[in-house]
Amino acid sequence: MLTTNQNRFNALLIPTLSILLGFIFGALLMLLFGYNPIDAYQAMLMGVFNSPYFMGEAMRQATVLTFTGLGFAIAFKAGFFNIGIAGQLLAGWVAAIWVALSFPDLPRIILLTLSIGAAIIAGAVWAGIAGALRAYFGTSEVIVTIMLNYTALHLTNYIIRNVLTTGNTTDRVSDNASLSVGWLTDLTQGSRINMGLFIAIIVVILYWVFMTQMTAGFEVRAVGLNPDASTYAGMSAERNIILSMLISGGLAGLGGAVHGLGTFGNLFTQSGLPSLGFNGIAVALLGLGNPIGIFFSSILFGVLDVGAGFMPNRAGVPDEMADIVIAAIIFFVGANYIIRVALDKMQSNKTAEKGGE
Amino acid sequence: MDIVSLLQLIVSSSLVYAAPLIFTALGGTFSERSGVVNIGLEGIMVMGAFMSAIFNLMFYSTFGAMTPWLGLLAGGLIGILFSLIHAVATINLRADHIVSGTVINLAAPALAVFLTRAIYGAAQTGPLARSFGFANIFLLEKIPVIGPIFFQNTSGPAYLGILTAVIAWVVLFKTRFGLRLRSVGEHPHAAETLGINVYLMKYAGVMISGFLGGIGGAIQAQAIHNEFGILTVAGQGFIAMAAMIFGKWNPLGAMAAAIFFGFAQSLARIGNYIPIIQDIPGVWLQVLPYLLTIIILVGVVGRSVAPKDLGNTFVKSK
Repeated sequence: MLTTNQNRFNALLIPTLSILLGFIFGALLMLLFGYNPIDAYQAMLMGVFNSPYFMGEAMRQATVLTFTGLGFAIAFKAGFFNIGIAGQLLAGWVAAIWVALSFPDLPRIILLTLSIGAAIIAGAVWAGIAGALRAYFGTSEVIVTIMLNYTALHLTNYIIRNVLTTGNTTDRVSDNASLSVGWLTDLTQGSRINMGLFIAIIVVILYWVFMTQMTAGFEVRAVGLNPDASTYAGMSAERNIILSMLISGGLAGLGGAVHGLGTFGNLFTQSGLPSLGFNGIAVALLGLGNPIGIFFSSILFGVLDVGAGFMPNRAGVPDEMADIVIAAIIFFVGANYIIRVALDKMQSNKTAEKGGE
Repeated sequence: MDIVSLLQLIVSSSLVYAAPLIFTALGGTFSERSGVVNIGLEGIMVMGAFMSAIFNLMFYSTFGAMTPWLGLLAGGLIGILFSLIHAVATINLRADHIVSGTVINLAAPALAVFLTRAIYGAAQTGPLARSFGFANIFLLEKIPVIGPIFFQNTSGPAYLGILTAVIAWVVLFKTRFGLRLRSVGEHPHAAETLGINVYLMKYAGVMISGFLGGIGGAIQAQAIHNEFGILTVAGQGFIAMAAMIFGKWNPLGAMAAAIFFGFAQSLARIGNYIPIIQDIPGVWLQVLPYLLTIIILVGVVGRSVAPKDLGNTFVKSK
């Protein structure tokens, strides 16, 4: 999976084939229910790529997915399955908006730093709880992060209704706390794409540097590959578990800040956990844990997400179709054994033919 | 409110909320005893809830009062079908168990709402035709004091769940099939040497979990929410998994833990009637089940031992 893929060719081929198979699966399902898959996919892609506004929206969605995807990936590299990305994103969103609403008149650079910093800390703490429990008590991080997700959801709604405001939506943050960038907004004819995109690109680079060039990143990967051997080599498993979960949650919290300050500029009660969290997991698995792969996977899923909105009206297909395609893609990424076996067969057939000549 | 009717309220609402958890936790027990982690139970519950709601609305005129009970079977069958995806992915295609479970959890709500829209044109089914309501347990309700508290106006599915837990315990610990299933989860290669078909046993474990998880979802839809929508299941599958761990992978323990979680969940609804608890702010009662789950998991770890070969891919010896 994420950790074992050494072969560069396969590293590109498996996600590509998975995407293809995912779309084919979606098409078959649509045919089964009497929809026209070509119309649906055309509506999805044309809807996004024919309009600067919706391209901007897709990139905005991709920005947040990059953060949640990288957040999931770093924990995964260390051997942890952080399903709590959605809750950590919410924690970051709440913290960012809370700070921004508390000090609306601070200079922009200071207010943004404070808001985003608070979001990163909130996300990191929320994930750190699961990391610490795993490190010191051996508690399954899968269950703990899921439980923290629902805790975050209820606490968020409580804070909105009882602390930040009396209704279901907070005030908008001041312009000093907004991430919007004038020329980007104009370029995309008023979409909500924002400064987060640049932060995302910087974080992608930092992530790559951390994981491949720094000792701390090497330790995180080593613990993920073989915790016993790493402990024997003098690395602290506990420390690395907690460190990777802190970074993971911090990135999700950063995603929450970008979503809050960039996309909406406010916070409102949620009926369920934000799908950005779970799609972040999908993005990371599709990107095979490579930061650049994650960035491009995010763009694909951003297009799918935004494009899905065109399917009900233009093709009569429910927009849940996009989520089904995403799930199918991840199924094939996870079950890439079948793809590899097929590839091996084809390759060995080729060599057999050559041998016969 | 006098003490008997207060106790009756607490017991019956705990059981109502416990019923889906009991079945799903039992399902998780079978799957994990065969060595397959199934966090896809959440998604399987969603499919079970969806199927039972559709069944309920389509066939109530044919089956009348039996509709919700047959709806359980409908939910269980779709659960088996969905669990097969997980079985094929983890057993034959060597996918990571958690990744495959996550795929099921991503796919199920999307697919179920997609189908709901395709059939009803809306994201929810709307109120079901026949829901479970409250039942009296035959004869047992006549026992003085205990009868009114435990067996009157109570949850029928929960008692079916308790019965199922006892059967599951017998199957797992007193039959040849159960021994084989457990041996596959503990030491698959030794089991293989003894001529046990490891893949078959794992398939059985996952499919039983699909059946029971689907039933759990069907109860959730037909006894608690009385409709199907995206929020019908909302995390119950995961709480059921926690109940399974708390119950030490033992059907009876899982059942008891599920009833405890049912009690914790019911507090948010009935807390207003209970002295002391009514003074606690609502938000704490809402997050209580989740926080309790974490605290209990931290507390039982070390004393709770998972099947030895849980989560590993078994590759047949050549």
